[in-house]
Amino acid sequence: MARLSNTASAPASEKITQVRPKRGWISIDWQELWHFRELFITLTIRDLQVRYKQTIVGAAWAIIQPVLTMLVFSVFFGRLAKIPTDGDLPYPIFSYAALVPWQFFAGSLTFSANSIISNANMITKIYFPRIIVPVSSALSHLVDFGLAFVVFLLMMPLFGILPTGKVIFLPFFLLLLLLTALGMGFWLSALNVKFRDVRYVIPFLVQFLLFVSPVVYPTSLIENEGFRTFYSLNPLVAVVNGFRWALLDTDALSAAGVALGTVTALLLFVSGLWYFNQMERSFADVV
Amino acid sequence: MDKQTAIEISHVSKQYFIGRVQKSAKQYNTFRDVIAESVKTPFRRAANVIRGRAPSAANLTDTIWALKDVSLTVKRGEVVGIIGHNGAGKSTLLKVLTRITAPTSGEIAYRGRLGSLLEVGTGFHQELTGRENVYLNGAILGMKRHEINAKFDAIIGFAGVEQLVDTPVKHYSSGMYVRLAFAVAAYLEPEILVVDEVLSVGDAEFQRRSLGKMNDVADSGRTVLFVSHNMAAVLSLCSKGVLLEHGQLRALGDINTTIQEYQSSLSEMSSIPLLARQDRQGNGDLRFASIELWSDCHGAMMPVGTAMSGETLLIALGYQSHSPAPLRYVTAALHISDFLGRRLITCFSEYSGDHFEMLPPGGEFVCKVPRLNLAPGSYRLSLTCKVGNILADSIIAAGTLEVSGGDFFGTGKLPDAIHHGPILLDHCWDLREKSKP
Repeated sequence: MARLSNTASAPASEKITQVRPKRGWISIDWQELWHFRELFITLTIRDLQVRYKQTIVGAAWAIIQPVLTMLVFSVFFGRLAKIPTDGDLPYPIFSYAALVPWQFFAGSLTFSANSIISNANMITKIYFPRIIVPVSSALSHLVDFGLAFVVFLLMMPLFGILPTGKVIFLPFFLLLLLLTALGMGFWLSALNVKFRDVRYVIPFLVQFLLFVSPVVYPTSLIENEGFRTFYSLNPLVAVVNGFRWALLDTDALSAAGVALGTVTALLLFVSGLWYFNQMERSFADVV
Repeated sequence: MDKQTAIEISHVSKQYFIGRVQKSAKQYNTFRDVIAESVKTPFRRAANVIRGRAPSAANLTDTIWALKDVSLTVKRGEVVGIIGHNGAGKSTLLKVLTRITAPTSGEIAYRGRLGSLLEVGTGFHQELTGRENVYLNGAILGMKRHEINAKFDAIIGFAGVEQLVDTPVKHYSSGMYVRLAFAVAAYLEPEILVVDEVLSVGDAEFQRRSLGKMNDVADSGRTVLFVSHNMAAVLSLCSKGVLLEHGQLRALGDINTTIQEYQSSLSEMSSIPLLARQDRQGNGDLRFASIELWSDCHGAMMPVGTAMSGETLLIALGYQSHSPAPLRYVTAALHISDFLGRRLITCFSEYSGDHFEMLPPGGEFVCKVPRLNLAPGSYRLSLTCKVGNILADSIIAAGTLEVSGGDFFGTGKLPDAIHHGPILLDHCWDLREKSKP
């Protein structure tokens, strides 16, 4: 998209804006993004407000969804299928520790992937850095994440688990989760503008990723060493195991797995940013 | 960039890729062709995806230049009207200027904050309250929160929605909605304001107030770019005019000369055969092909060049259709405007209660005016046709209607259009005596 160049000496109202065809590989104008920070905050708040408008229990859905899912998983996978957990953890807290990041991932991915299309009326009428749209849709789910996390903290004493010092590593895994969700969100939202097929791919993709991430089962279930390395390319494996490791003190986390997951997450994020950046100039013409 | 320059547009072009138009010659002939095509298509589409093109864009030659090498400079404080036919590139120019879409080549530089009103209510969310929407829309338009706080009461006051500030806007009437949206944008107070046709919505009172607000903006020394088909509004607001034609700059200068240039270009347009006109809208299920005037000459209907006030007038609108589906539930409308683009009269088949439930693929709509009540002068005809409530064809300035003096009142007297208005109305005068109390 066009770049904003600020002449150093001119006062704010005299700022000269240059519009020209986009060149280069990735051009992100940080100064301009900073200028639009209020729009970013407003859009995030709007997404939150709209999500729970005209619902009876409102934001309580942020808690009900993961808790109900945990109950269903505990009955079917824990009790009936007798799927083991890491160590001797009770199944409910084992699955809930994974559901907290998982629900964030699924929710923010679905929302950000559709964000450019659902904000088409804005995009075709007004200029602002387009990247704000998928990012704010994804980040608005952090509030749901926070609420679900509070429930987790309340569950810990119930199961007689106390947090250890490893908790300080949790922000790293949260960052990894954000990079993955945003990276995929950039790819899908930009692709969705041209190819509406994406809309039908998203539910399938989310379901698929649930099965290839250790949400309902422990990684130890995968015995083949080579396959486990391949499996660890999915950054969500590192995220989910990392959450369990930091919060529940499990031993399922391997350094190699985290390294692999981090590399893929970074690749996803940077390539997503690049693709979004390439495509955003034509959004208004195509959407 | 010069200190006195607000906007500098240099050699800006914008190219659009358009999907291939399916030629009627390229029909699938056999079942085998259909199979072969459906097998090949996904691969071709996939190849296009990899090259970053729309999947249906068959080749790079399917492009149009919406803007071609447009250069112009706007000085600080100038109010510029941008005029031109449909598809001349007016909206594209504004979209490039407001950075909604990037130019294919060329550069634009502008000084200060640029606010745009390309459509009122952009970014309004149905579920949010009026208050929440003011903050949201203000942020979208580039206002800071403290600015919105300071102007909040004025915005709500201008829109006249004080009672409903905390009601979701989905419960607003459409008038309230538009007023609120305009108010937010009008109070943005940018150095450059870009406005596209938004004044065509809302009631007369609102239009008057918004024109007033735009005048305030212009008077306070800020730069305004204004796109409209309403020449009267352009004339009253703007000092300078820009005329675009086929994406190129045709005229630039004083607003009066630019409008004259536009009028003469419209007259040129009117002489182009209707089927060759490109500046039309609609899906093309039906296309207007000709306009013919018929009038009563010594008791027989004859084609004529000019109509006469007070006489019977038939306006025959020839059409063609290539739509394979039958044309059902068709409505036709004929708009008569003066030469400033002000709509005077609309003859609409739905108003007259005439329904075309089934149409042959070619023919004529005939609109009959039993006694033409227009004063002598030149008028412009615009045509619209809908098939099953979907716009099929619409042409602005499809033709001109020359009216010469006839004996409308039966007294041999006629007013002139410039001083007494263009519409003639049947009337008579009488005197009534008032009895004393």
